[in-house]
Amino acid sequence: MVVAIIKYNAGNIYSVDYALKRLGISSVVTAEPEVLQKADKVIFPGVGEARTTMSYLKDTKLDLLIKDLRQPVLGICLGMQLMCKRSEEGKTECLNIFDVDVKRFIPQKHEDKVPHMGWNTLSNVAEGLFTKEQEGQFVYFVHSYYVPVNNYTAATTEYTLLFSAALQKDNYYATQFHPEKSGAVGEKILANFLRL
Amino acid sequence: MLAKRIIPCLDIKDETTVKGVNFVNFRNAGDPVELGAQYSREGADELVYLDITASHEGRKTFTELVRKVAACISIPFTVGGGINEIKDVDRLLNAGADKVSINSAALRNPQLVEEIAKNFGSQVCVVAIDANYENNNWICYLNGGRIPTHTYLYDWAAEVENLGAGEILFTSMTHDGVKTGYANEALAALANQLHIPVIASGGAGEKEHFRDAFTLGKADAALAASVFHFGEIGITDLKQYLLKEGVNVRI
Repeated sequence: MVVAIIKYNAGNIYSVDYALKRLGISSVVTAEPEVLQKADKVIFPGVGEARTTMSYLKDTKLDLLIKDLRQPVLGICLGMQLMCKRSEEGKTECLNIFDVDVKRFIPQKHEDKVPHMGWNTLSNVAEGLFTKEQEGQFVYFVHSYYVPVNNYTAATTEYTLLFSAALQKDNYYATQFHPEKSGAVGEKILANFLRL
Repeated sequence: MLAKRIIPCLDIKDETTVKGVNFVNFRNAGDPVELGAQYSREGADELVYLDITASHEGRKTFTELVRKVAACISIPFTVGGGINEIKDVDRLLNAGADKVSINSAALRNPQLVEEIAKNFGSQVCVVAIDANYENNNWICYLNGGRIPTHTYLYDWAAEVENLGAGEILFTSMTHDGVKTGYANEALAALANQLHIPVIASGGAGEKEHFRDAFTLGKADAALAASVFHFGEIGITDLKQYLLKEGVNVRI
């Protein structure tokens, strides 16, 4: 199985590569269109800012490529947000794979800190990326923007409100949390994705 | 609900060993990667690796270590020690660290906090503050608690929050090593003042101290070293205890 990780100007791309290696899977980190198109699985990771990242994707034509992929694709964190319609971060037009907008967390009380950072639980997990085993389990989040609950929501988490911890639609899957940093639970979720 | 975090801190000296570890039944206690992996298996939520050798050669080896930790461990980790400029941050994040912790360098050059936040995002920028309680004030110290400054804890914390720090790691020098509990009053004051997470450090000796840091001190995370390294408190045990005491932790 060839797993390709999209290489672009985002931080910490290699942590996904490391996580796959721990599962015994080697991956290629690449921006080569042919390699990405032919891969069995594609992972679109991301730590960074929406506007600069999106304009980089447009400049390199990776935006069109990602939208045309037919194999299972997993977006992670910023990767997931960029797969949505538009983001409040820098008022950015995104890939519109998921027809839903990305919003900034608004603290409801003093204790609500933004970013939402740390371990939080999954609920309402959907078959596909998840099995029932992940219901109620903790995964690691770091983000200031969120995707509201919508038709594509594949898991939810609560922080100031209930939001989408994961999305899925056709061959596209996405997690707001970092499976590559979520210990044994995260490794299970990555393994679930690799089985799709 | 967002869980409170337990963070073991590993001081790396002689480039590859952990300072002050004394496990009776753990053969590779001195190996920072092995020890981090063990803590991760026991339920640690994050790890902190501090480079306490400041030599140029040591720094290179430390970067290698960061790469190994990133490859082997599946939870987030912060690195600190010897970070003076943006290119140190770039090097460590590229090696796979999730966050960097800066201390003296920030006090000497507060703009560094802003630069890190702008270049890499606030979430990677942990500002560590060592402060001692003297003459009714919390005074910040430089160089691992060796040089006093004229800066007060609460002022400095507010300033770095404004500059874009993502978290404050507050070590009470007054409580550090005494094992009578964290500086809960100061922690609570920081929590009430700030809008970013506060990590409690210095003073852990009993499980109750962790509970108090979360309840009385309103801390978001509690860091400790020797109680874990000497096997006095097991992380699994500690988390079971905290859960029973009504503190939301990840099991």
